[in-house]
Amino acid sequence: MTSGLAQTAPPLPEHAPGRGAARLERAGVGLLLWTGIALIAVPLLLTLYLSVFDEKLILFPPHGYTLAWYAAILPNFAQPVLTSIELGAAAVVGSLLLGIPAGIGLSRHRFRGRGAVSTLLLAPLTVPGIALGLAIYVMLVTIDEQLGSMITGSMVGLVLAHVMIATPWVVRLCLASLTNHERSAEEAAASLGANPLTVIWRVTLPAMRPGIIAGALFAFVISFENLELALFLTSPGVTTLPVAVLQYLEYHIDPLVSAVAVAQTVGIAALLLVLDRFMRLGRIVR
Amino acid sequence: MTSSAALTLQGLTKHFGAHAVVRDVTLEVEPGELIVLLGPSGCGKTTTLRLIAGFVMPTGGDIRLDGRSIAALPPHRREMGIVFQSYALFPHLTVARNVAFGLEMRRSPAAATETRVAEMLRLVKLEALAERLPRELSGGQQQRVALARALAIHPRLLLLDEPLSNLDAALRQEMAREIRILQRAGGITTIMVTHDQTEAMAMADRLVVMHEGRVQQIGAPEAIHARPANPFVARFIGGSNILAGRLDGDRRLVLADGTVLTLAGRYADSGDATLAVRPDSVHLLAPDGNARVEGEVVLSTWLGSVVEHVVRLGPDTTVLTRGPALGRDAVRRQTPGTRVTLAWEPDEERLFDADGNALTASVTLKETNDA
Repeated sequence: MTSGLAQTAPPLPEHAPGRGAARLERAGVGLLLWTGIALIAVPLLLTLYLSVFDEKLILFPPHGYTLAWYAAILPNFAQPVLTSIELGAAAVVGSLLLGIPAGIGLSRHRFRGRGAVSTLLLAPLTVPGIALGLAIYVMLVTIDEQLGSMITGSMVGLVLAHVMIATPWVVRLCLASLTNHERSAEEAAASLGANPLTVIWRVTLPAMRPGIIAGALFAFVISFENLELALFLTSPGVTTLPVAVLQYLEYHIDPLVSAVAVAQTVGIAALLLVLDRFMRLGRIVR
Repeated sequence: MTSSAALTLQGLTKHFGAHAVVRDVTLEVEPGELIVLLGPSGCGKTTTLRLIAGFVMPTGGDIRLDGRSIAALPPHRREMGIVFQSYALFPHLTVARNVAFGLEMRRSPAAATETRVAEMLRLVKLEALAERLPRELSGGQQQRVALARALAIHPRLLLLDEPLSNLDAALRQEMAREIRILQRAGGITTIMVTHDQTEAMAMADRLVVMHEGRVQQIGAPEAIHARPANPFVARFIGGSNILAGRLDGDRRLVLADGTVLTLAGRYADSGDATLAVRPDSVHLLAPDGNARVEGEVVLSTWLGSVVEHVVRLGPDTTVLTRGPALGRDAVRRQTPGTRVTLAWEPDEERLFDADGNALTASVTLKETNDA
């Protein structure tokens, strides 16, 4: 087979090394791919494995297996889960209220300072969460000192911070949904008698729907998973799930945390699957 | 000012920054007329259409519709129907909802809207597809929906922006005829923009040829084809050979590379001049010894119904000729290197002065000279 081919093929000296290099390249890509998959999957599978240990401490090998830790999630973390959901919902609403108009404005209008607004809206993506959390904390404390207010450690401060980190995603996804959409549909609507607000309501927003849905889901996930900001901004009364889990870990090393991690991963994976579906829809709808 | 014109453009000008895109365009469009703005890309034709639609605001000049200035009105108050090159249908609405859009904006009663939508869909032969979404339609069908949507509102003006260029060749001619029939039947004053001169010729009552933001010539397609107003129009319409040189008394045109042409007409003028002659007006003859225009065949191309020859007259000068491949006047194909004489009739030659104005032949003495 290959030897026969090699005999009949014209003697091109650079041919054989080229074929070898391609094989090497394919092997290299395969190796990287499986290493990547292993890096992601092994901790997840281990966490899943740990979460069903019938042990108070993490011991190998376990005496048996149980689903009791899953049943224990809500009794232990009901309040933080509720806080995180409320916070996520508020972050979704806030970031959509900011991000949708910003997306329309940035994609549809050329104005002075457009570049600056665009940079400002996307900037939080580039700052490390810890730095952002510390900065917001210091700022809120200063404001509270000056005004005698109580924003630090309250839900308000958390919501504002989460809106800030979620908005760049909403803006970006809204912009993406509009770059596929033609401007002329809006011009056609205007020529048919639609005033500028009607054009946005009847033509622009429907075209943005996939981007808005994806943006909302992203905003929720970003907020729900966030630890760095919440570390600085939560207080005993207002604790999010990631912070509560971290606090729990300081005193207990048992499979409950693994169960929480698995439940959270499954929940967010489900959301991401929904999101992916809408993004694909967005690509087809144009 | 009183005028019978449906639409008047008066010194219309648009600058984008320092760049003048539309310069001093003046045009009167009669009611029911179909005007085609024709020119190469970047000539300002699309910007002119967008100025009329209100999507861009003019830097200077006025736009009057039935005698009233609309230059300051926003697009949604101009009552114009527009068909875009990309159709620009609303992707989330059905065909019927697309057509109804303009009527809903006018708060037309539901029953009246339904009647009008049905009427429009019948007109464009799409009744069966009323509940489809735009993405489920072919390009030609989408184009029809766009047309029905634009006509449903009884527009005061129909604007067509390269409406046929996204369709394949066969469909393009069919749509061109359909649009023309609908437009004629409805007596709808229409402005269309295209870069395709065949399309423009086929559809226009009058053509407006544009170049670098300026109107070059306005007239019926036949008239522009027969008597282009300047070298640009001559080249753009009919693809004329353009030969620039200097009139040197009598009938001699001396080109920049030293080639001397004998013109068909006799001109009183002298100085710089540009000759325009269409490829299909140039006849290939055997060299006959008379001092006319001689050259050497460089290339012979058979295109089915016509034969084209490229003939070199001088170091920097070639001329394209085109003649029928069949029939009584069929042109024989010449092998490259053959010496030939070129000839054309006096009324098929256009001579322009240095400013691009057409010169008229004083007396045509060609026949007597040759005799």
